[in-house]
Amino acid sequence: MIAEAGLAALWLAAALAALQLALALGLGGDQGKSIKTVRAVAMAQGLITLFAFAALVELFLRSDMSVLLVAENSHSQKPWLYKFAGTWGNHEGSMLLWVTVLALAGGVVALFERRLDARTLGASLGAQAALALGFFAFLLLASNPFERLDPAPLDGRGLNPLLQDPGLAFHPPTLYLGYVGLSVAFSLAVGGLIRGNVGPAIARAMRPWVLGAWVLLTLGITAGSYWAYYELGWGGWWFWDPVENASLMPWLAATALLHSINVLAARGGLRAWTMMLALVAFSMSMVGTFLVRSGILTSVHSFAVDPLRGTFILALLALYIGAALALFGLRIAHVKEGAPFEIVSREGGLVANNLLLSVILGIVFVGTFYPLIAEAMSGEKLSVGPPYFDSVASPLALALAALMLIAPQLRWRRETKPILPGLMPGMLVATAVLLGSILLAPNIGLLPRLGLAIGGALVPASLLPLVGRSLRRTPLPVWGMALAHLGVAVAILGMASDSAFTEERLAVAGPGDRVQVGPWLVEFRDVLPLAGPNWTALEAELRASRGSGVTVLRPQSRFFPQPPTTTNEAAIDTSWNGQLYAVLGEPAEGGRWQLRLWWKPFVTLIWLGGILIALGGALALAGRVFRRRAHGFYRAESFG
Amino acid sequence: MSRLSRFVPLLVLAAFVAAVAWRIASPPDEKINSKMVGRPVPEFALAPAVPGKPGLSSADLQSGGPRMINVFASWCVPCIAEAPLLAEIKARGVPIDAIAIRDRPADVMAFLAERGDPFGRIGADPESKAQLALGSSGVPETFIVDGNGIIRYQHMGPIEPGDVAQLLAEWEAAR
Repeated sequence: MIAEAGLAALWLAAALAALQLALALGLGGDQGKSIKTVRAVAMAQGLITLFAFAALVELFLRSDMSVLLVAENSHSQKPWLYKFAGTWGNHEGSMLLWVTVLALAGGVVALFERRLDARTLGASLGAQAALALGFFAFLLLASNPFERLDPAPLDGRGLNPLLQDPGLAFHPPTLYLGYVGLSVAFSLAVGGLIRGNVGPAIARAMRPWVLGAWVLLTLGITAGSYWAYYELGWGGWWFWDPVENASLMPWLAATALLHSINVLAARGGLRAWTMMLALVAFSMSMVGTFLVRSGILTSVHSFAVDPLRGTFILALLALYIGAALALFGLRIAHVKEGAPFEIVSREGGLVANNLLLSVILGIVFVGTFYPLIAEAMSGEKLSVGPPYFDSVASPLALALAALMLIAPQLRWRRETKPILPGLMPGMLVATAVLLGSILLAPNIGLLPRLGLAIGGALVPASLLPLVGRSLRRTPLPVWGMALAHLGVAVAILGMASDSAFTEERLAVAGPGDRVQVGPWLVEFRDVLPLAGPNWTALEAELRASRGSGVTVLRPQSRFFPQPPTTTNEAAIDTSWNGQLYAVLGEPAEGGRWQLRLWWKPFVTLIWLGGILIALGGALALAGRVFRRRAHGFYRAESFG
Repeated sequence: MSRLSRFVPLLVLAAFVAAVAWRIASPPDEKINSKMVGRPVPEFALAPAVPGKPGLSSADLQSGGPRMINVFASWCVPCIAEAPLLAEIKARGVPIDAIAIRDRPADVMAFLAERGDPFGRIGADPESKAQLALGSSGVPETFIVDGNGIIRYQHMGPIEPGDVAQLLAEWEAAR
């Protein structure tokens, strides 16, 4: 019954989306008058979709094997958390989560957005309904999550063991909330373009959504990076995998958007550009979802693409993005630009920020799809890997960070004061780091060295916008900006330290053998078998010491029988100045085992930086949401 | 902004959609050419997987005639699917040996009793050592080894009805 109720709710929600679109298109009377109905329909659509999703969660929690999706992706012996997370750990469930967030976002806009004029809001909710309608159709026609299986099997097939990880259970929903949160920016841009209203009002309506989505994307990417780092057992934290790039591209576009949107909100400038970014950001989310869900770019070990599903999503994507871009091309000529500004100004800095971010986005996009395009054109198979991305994107990212040393301190429109004093603290730190690193570590590469210098310089520079203000009266978005920029500095320091100072040892060790890595002396003790709830493992005992005190590390090689898979569980010891990372490899001759050990100084700063960036965004968001009630006395210098 | 440049994003989208549509229409050739093909079988010596049937060592494969090695496990569902096809290949005169991966004797015996036993020798590989040495990453996989112990062909995944002719041809070619 639950499955049938869920399916019925999906059909009903799809019908409501169609109704919402029809009302917004002006059927049934004047748009301005029907806005109350449109709002109500949007809220109902959101709630009913949420009900459908809750039904699927309940089926997974009950391990109802008469539902095909549950039987194929769950198992009655799985821990509770993974039954729950199994709801979205598969194609149909994740698409249902996607559309649930989409419909709920539309409902929340309908509920809370009171400042935008009725016609623009109506057009935007119409655009949101059009988006939802396509994805409802996809679920109902090509990916029904509630399909029954008759006869029901005794038990299910399990879940990919790599995904049985508490961090990963909540990684996809975080990313999805971020991806789909950007749909509101997309719909508002479409509504604004249709109504010819792309001024500060649209920017202010968009801003909380962009900020919120961006915070979640930042958290999702940070968590995903840490997951890959400790779960894959390769010691790396970013692999430029298509699936990683799928989350990075919307983030880059959203980062650019979140900066340009302030120019539009505060100064009325960069109108066309901001609308374009709003369209691109959600387009990248759809492209990313398509990439991940279709498996079209992943390795030979992924499942084959279901041509019907792939074609369906591709058609939706082409329709929505194509229509929005065509609308942009047709309408943008009528948009008046805002107040002029000089090159050395806050606007100038933000334009430079946007250009750099866009170029990085272009580089990642081209690198991700170049193999596909090359094969389509010439039949030649090739792969684009870290050497391309690292060598092209890293210098640009550092240039962006260098820009951050001064741009946030500039005034709107025209900076009259000399900029050198504002640059001094950062320049001093950068010079000291450069000199110190050349003396103490002459052999590190140029990029890590520059990273250390620029990251170091950014630590004081990111806090300078707070200097000379009354800290109690400083608006939250300014605090948020400083914190997020500090987070960028911290993350860059972590990345540079990891690539400059990491030590790696590959050893074959037997009981009693010792291996030196960085400051650590690691003694191999023994390997013992171990059983978990749904796996068996071989676990090594390593005793690591430096100076006084001993740390015990227990890396595992885990075997999951359902479905049969082996995973490596790295053992990581975190101290204030870095991580010792150990992986148990294959057995070698004579009771000895392969061991991989890394000493990674300050590597944790990468993820700490990511968390700070997200916190900064959250502070800015809080400032925006609560400011709505307060008076807008700092509108002219608002940022975030 | 010039009239044309306003539509540049649309062109990028069109190129993207065209490339992806092409990929959907012509899925990639997922055949992996084994690195082990053309090389001698790596040395291994596996204990018998079931009582009463000999184990398998690399020396057994230098028998003067081509043989097939099936890498399987009793817990592997696709292995059940390919069992009747292995029996068919055996009936065409192909000698087949096997390596049982991470398995217990009782389970292997039950599997063979239920699904048929086309194998001459079955070696037990409880830690996947021989499997990895052969360059096999999953079950089931099937190898054809010629009379001198050189690997001639590697088939990944379960044997499906359409694969039988190819396997028989490869076996003929290895004679």
